[in-house]
Amino acid sequence: MIELKVNGVRRAYYGDPNMPLLWYLRDEIGLAGTKYGCGVGLCGACIVHVGDSARQSCLTTVADAAGQEVTTIEGLHPDGNHPVQRAWRQHDVPQCGFCQTGQIMQAAALLAENPNPSDEEIVEGMSGAVCRCGTYQRILAAVKTAAEEV
Amino acid sequence: MTRIVNVSRRSMLKGAGGFGALVLGARIVGRPMINAAVAATSVGTGAFEPNVFVSLDTDGSVAIVCHRSEMGQGVRTGLPQIVADEMEADWSRVSVWQAPGDPSRYKYKDNQNTDGSRSIRHHFTIMREMGAQARDLLERAAARQWGVDRGDVYARDHRVHHTGSGRSLGFGELAQAAAELEPAGGDGAPRLKDPSEWKYIGRDLPIVDLYDMTTGGATYGADVRLPGMKIAVVARCPVYRGRAKTFDATEALEVPGVEQVIEIPPLGDRPAEFRPLGGVAVIGANTWSVMQGRGKLKIDWEPGPNESHDTDTYESQLIESARAGGHVIRERGEPDGAFAGAAKVHEADYYVPYFIHTPMEPPVAVVDATRTPVRIWAATQAPNETRQYVAEALGIDQADVACNVTLLGGAFGRKSKPDFAAEAAILSKRVGAPVRMQWTREDEIQQGYYHACCAQNLKAAVDDSGKVTAWRQSAAYPSLMTLWEPERNVGSSLENGLGLVDMPYNAVPNIRIENGEARAHLRIGWYRSVNNIQHAFAMNCFVNELAETTGRDHVELLLELIGEPTNLDLTADGVEDYFNYGDPIADWPIMTGRLSNVLRVAADKSGWGKSLPRGHGLGIACHRSFHSYVATAVHVAVQDDGNFSIPQVDVAVDCGRYVNPDRVRSQMEGATVYGNTVARHGRITTKQGAVEQSNFHDYPISRISDAPLDVRVHIVEDYTDHRPCGVGEPGVPPFAPALANALYQASGKRIRRLPIDTAELART
Ligand code: FES
Ligand code: FES
Repeated sequence: MIELKVNGVRRAYYGDPNMPLLWYLRDEIGLAGTKYGCGVGLCGACIVHVGDSARQSCLTTVADAAGQEVTTIEGLHPDGNHPVQRAWRQHDVPQCGFCQTGQIMQAAALLAENPNPSDEEIVEGMSGAVCRCGTYQRILAAVKTAAEEV
Repeated sequence: MTRIVNVSRRSMLKGAGGFGALVLGARIVGRPMINAAVAATSVGTGAFEPNVFVSLDTDGSVAIVCHRSEMGQGVRTGLPQIVADEMEADWSRVSVWQAPGDPSRYKYKDNQNTDGSRSIRHHFTIMREMGAQARDLLERAAARQWGVDRGDVYARDHRVHHTGSGRSLGFGELAQAAAELEPAGGDGAPRLKDPSEWKYIGRDLPIVDLYDMTTGGATYGADVRLPGMKIAVVARCPVYRGRAKTFDATEALEVPGVEQVIEIPPLGDRPAEFRPLGGVAVIGANTWSVMQGRGKLKIDWEPGPNESHDTDTYESQLIESARAGGHVIRERGEPDGAFAGAAKVHEADYYVPYFIHTPMEPPVAVVDATRTPVRIWAATQAPNETRQYVAEALGIDQADVACNVTLLGGAFGRKSKPDFAAEAAILSKRVGAPVRMQWTREDEIQQGYYHACCAQNLKAAVDDSGKVTAWRQSAAYPSLMTLWEPERNVGSSLENGLGLVDMPYNAVPNIRIENGEARAHLRIGWYRSVNNIQHAFAMNCFVNELAETTGRDHVELLLELIGEPTNLDLTADGVEDYFNYGDPIADWPIMTGRLSNVLRVAADKSGWGKSLPRGHGLGIACHRSFHSYVATAVHVAVQDDGNFSIPQVDVAVDCGRYVNPDRVRSQMEGATVYGNTVARHGRITTKQGAVEQSNFHDYPISRISDAPLDVRVHIVEDYTDHRPCGVGEPGVPPFAPALANALYQASGKRIRRLPIDTAELART
């Protein structure tokens, strides 16, 4: 059995310890805000926080997360009003929206670690998260807006 | 009492067990408070076609139906925004409901298939009429209630007012009375607002799904969960039209969570259309298990007729075929004579490879085929074609299949081809449970419908004074029509109509446009902007070459080639079957003046002609597609090693009448990044018939680190009193040639082949 906490809720898991956290979150406990885009760590659609750091949940197994606090987009803020989420809405960032939960989780972790990033640091910090719709310039603007608040 | 349950936008698709959308669909069409959908005057046929787009509750909440698919273009905001404006509804009280596939209700001049950049341009007027009918009924209900003249009442901001007395009633208070009235049609059809009265059309409104998309609450295809649902992945033959000779599922079935392994029959001799390719399906309790199980299948593939398809040799064949041409599709003047008598002839070959869509969300559908009607929840651009191919796969009537549309995590043309839903249906029927068919990224890249690779030969005759006197352009590419006609070996008027036969250099006196022959060895399918990509690339780069050859300024030469403003008449050049994006040429003519206009704006905004530091370049391109006119200017800064950055891009767009300018801008920003992928990353290759790429490591798409991050969109207002034109696609084609032209200026290296190889740009 593996114990972990997801969005503050204690969970026990009895299945395959090698199951990626992504599929545990989506299929086993129904948290669908974390997305599958590539399954091999190349797109960032699946980014969650494990402890304080952004992690690709497709590359993190449930066993890796044992005893840890996992935060998904659903748990980032109780009302969905984390400064990053508000900045995203202010700049009307999403197009299809599919990548955006991963982008937001990545940005929130980036700002938690570096509250005053330069443009270059934002670009580097966000470069693991692909947006096929091409919302990058708004992502950059939104991260800068959020940084003013964090 | 009639009552519409007030469904907030957040509850889209979140009803019990995920059945929400269908129930909502049924509710909204079954029990409308106001039937504002008598569109007798608007269908063009004059026939009575009942449709329902608006519903109003007694508490004043308004639901507006969006009948086309949201895939990032903003349609769930744009279409309802039009209705709400004409209705005088207060946008903050509007929720948007997604329509299921239902041609009996949602088919007008156009269907529900969301592609071709058609949503606003084909539904702008209809949506206005829907809103106006609702407003008219509310106004008439108030007039009747007050016993006053119809002409003395007017709706504004969710209330109806009486001019004489100052009395007013809220929309909700009038809902029941309005429901008693017959909608006016024919001569009594309500007047539409004057554009000066619009309060939402033409204004930025945030997208309706913004909150859900930023909190994880938005429902995409893979997010639909049904009780007892199984998950499936399919192993398909790496070669198109191959099949599994034999397979051994023993080890796959040993993976915990894997429940069944089932064969989906191969295509056989049938045209591919949107049918499943066939293969071996692994079905189980969760996605991880079935992916593991699929990896353990032992399959002996029979590769079939396309085993020899190798892009290295195919590319050379296409280039030869383009040079040879042979199928003339447009001819003006005496091109042969002009070439023979030219002071100079300039010629070049261009090549664009296969691309694949890579929407962020791979194809996915959930189907419950255990009951009638069979129910589908799919990330689909085309809910009715989805019903059609699911019905075919199950051997049942399409009337017995219902299709709900989720949000689409990107689509770009891939999700108008519902093979994945048909797979889900076959498997659901076989296992007796609802099935989610999950395509992996590898499936998406290796088993897709590919953007046609294309070779082009361009040739221009130039006279002593530097005037271009003849233009020859020939394209060879596998046709997407081979989905229906597998033996077809030449392009179609549809594809040639995407910026080739309608080549806009109208001042050139001698023109020949032709096709060379090519056979298809993969499924070919439309991809955002389709063949416009290669046509715009080749012609815009070639004009840049001619500018150099003749010592002219590129913009000046382009303006000269486009010539005086006119409506291009292709019939005069013998073109009788010009596609024009499916629309009458009288309604959406090819207006060369609008092309010159956007070109001038982009040149001006980009500071065309300014002096640039060493290693920098400014390039430009313009193109008409989907009736819109877009010019893009790209500024590049190239380093000695050939790597480059894009400090600024200026996009000038004339899309006629527009609805939500922020979504026009976002589409142009996104199309620029999409163009960046086309120009720099995209390339699908095959060896022995099989696609060589598999995921984002070998099929990269633009990231924030290489994307243009200062894209300035200039919406050209001169033709906003003209019909709306497309927005989703037209921003893509001009980017790659503008970039290539900029790189030439910066590095002196000609780019005639995509993707751009930075190593070739290195200073030597
Ligand atoms: S799904 Fe995890 S990085 Fe793409
Ligand atoms: S918004 Fe569509 S992939 Fe990013």
